[in-house]
Amino acid sequence: MSNLRTIDVALIRDTVADLCGQADLLLPADVRRALEKGLAAEESPVGKEILTRLLENADIAAAESMPICQDCGLAVVFLDIGQDLHLIGGDLVAAVNEGVRRGYEKHYLRKSVCHPFTRANTGDNTPAVVHVRIVPGDRLHLWVVPKGGGSENMSKVFLVTPAQGLPGVKERVLETVEAAGPNPCPPIILGVAIGSTFDDACLRAKRTLLRELGSVNPDPEAAALEAELLTMVNNTGIGPAGLGGRVTCLGVFVDIKPCHIASLPLAVNVQCHAARHKEAVL
Amino acid sequence: MSRTFRLTPPLGDADTTALRIGDRVLISGTIYTGRDAAHKRIVEALANGQEPPFPLAGAVIYYVGPSPAPPGRVIGAAGPTTSYRMDAYAPTLMAQGLKAMIGKGKRGDEVKAAMAQHKAVYLGAIGGAGALMARAIVEAEVIAYPELGPEAVRRLVVKDMPLVCVNDTHGGDLYLEGRRAYQR
Repeated sequence: MSNLRTIDVALIRDTVADLCGQADLLLPADVRRALEKGLAAEESPVGKEILTRLLENADIAAAESMPICQDCGLAVVFLDIGQDLHLIGGDLVAAVNEGVRRGYEKHYLRKSVCHPFTRANTGDNTPAVVHVRIVPGDRLHLWVVPKGGGSENMSKVFLVTPAQGLPGVKERVLETVEAAGPNPCPPIILGVAIGSTFDDACLRAKRTLLRELGSVNPDPEAAALEAELLTMVNNTGIGPAGLGGRVTCLGVFVDIKPCHIASLPLAVNVQCHAARHKEAVL
Repeated sequence: MSRTFRLTPPLGDADTTALRIGDRVLISGTIYTGRDAAHKRIVEALANGQEPPFPLAGAVIYYVGPSPAPPGRVIGAAGPTTSYRMDAYAPTLMAQGLKAMIGKGKRGDEVKAAMAQHKAVYLGAIGGAGALMARAIVEAEVIAYPELGPEAVRRLVVKDMPLVCVNDTHGGDLYLEGRRAYQR
């Protein structure tokens, strides 16, 4: 026991609070680069103007400590906890929720969580969605991903049949983007998880959104599909803000995993251009 | 080259029928906020014969739930929310005189038909540009349903709020037209 590294959950609480503020106020560098690249590639004058405004919006948000978007999201928190680490000082999930509570209050972020039927706001943006994974080592890696409702609402899960196969998967990704149109604030990012089970596909689709835009997928099969889907989606012409253009999507992240012999699960998590994600290693 | 119209609410039929999809619109003056929960309450109030929280004749409603105002600011980030969720209520409000809706995203066929019938327009704001949109807002005050927090109805005074006409009173739809030129 004496050799175990320890972390007090109070540190996790304070880190989550800081990351909530950073995530909602500062556009990640990879998203900024992708928007700049999109601006250079966009053929539509209106599309160019929208992308210019989005970059300007990020500058204003950073300079004035204003949220990039008024939808400061439901806080999704990923924790990769080293198996040689010992957490002390209380309940981990309670500490994460307290961090969300403090971060959203301190940084004047919108509290966007409510009861599903009465729609009564919980008032402090909790409960957060917390995903824990136990990994080798004695570090704790955490990510805060504030997820906006507009893009989340356009996300889909499909139980494709094996007969429909890869063509069926591509058709459904395209169908998801077409149906969403201007609603999820394009240019969008797509998290696409294929295989495994219904529940695991959804979680992996969300987890892909932690990846950096422009990063190369180490799985060559997934990397090829990412490139193909990106072209298909950008050929829809939906464009920035859905007003028409060549830049509908900034990046597609694909995760492929084996599945049951009867199944071909597909989850498509749609992410808006305000793709907020901040991480820390403790 | 697109045209630019400067409008000040309350709006009349002459203001709205002059607009065509793709026209730029700069709104200055008083508008009201409302999103999901507020719309439900307003429509329930009307059904019960009660007064709405603001006069609907000629009104402009902005689908927004702003973030809290930081110290020294009148409002936080204030970009549009997705509009289709207000489709169930919008025709009722247009029948009562609502002239313009500001939001982002597609509208349903019933809403488009109601826009043509009641001479109302749908104006698009840039989704996800909350910090930028806040610059056009010079005053903000909660006037109804404060318990709804970000969903409360606010009276806003705006100056040159930058918008584009997405659905006009003549059946035009910029989301459909805009895509065509770039679809492959």
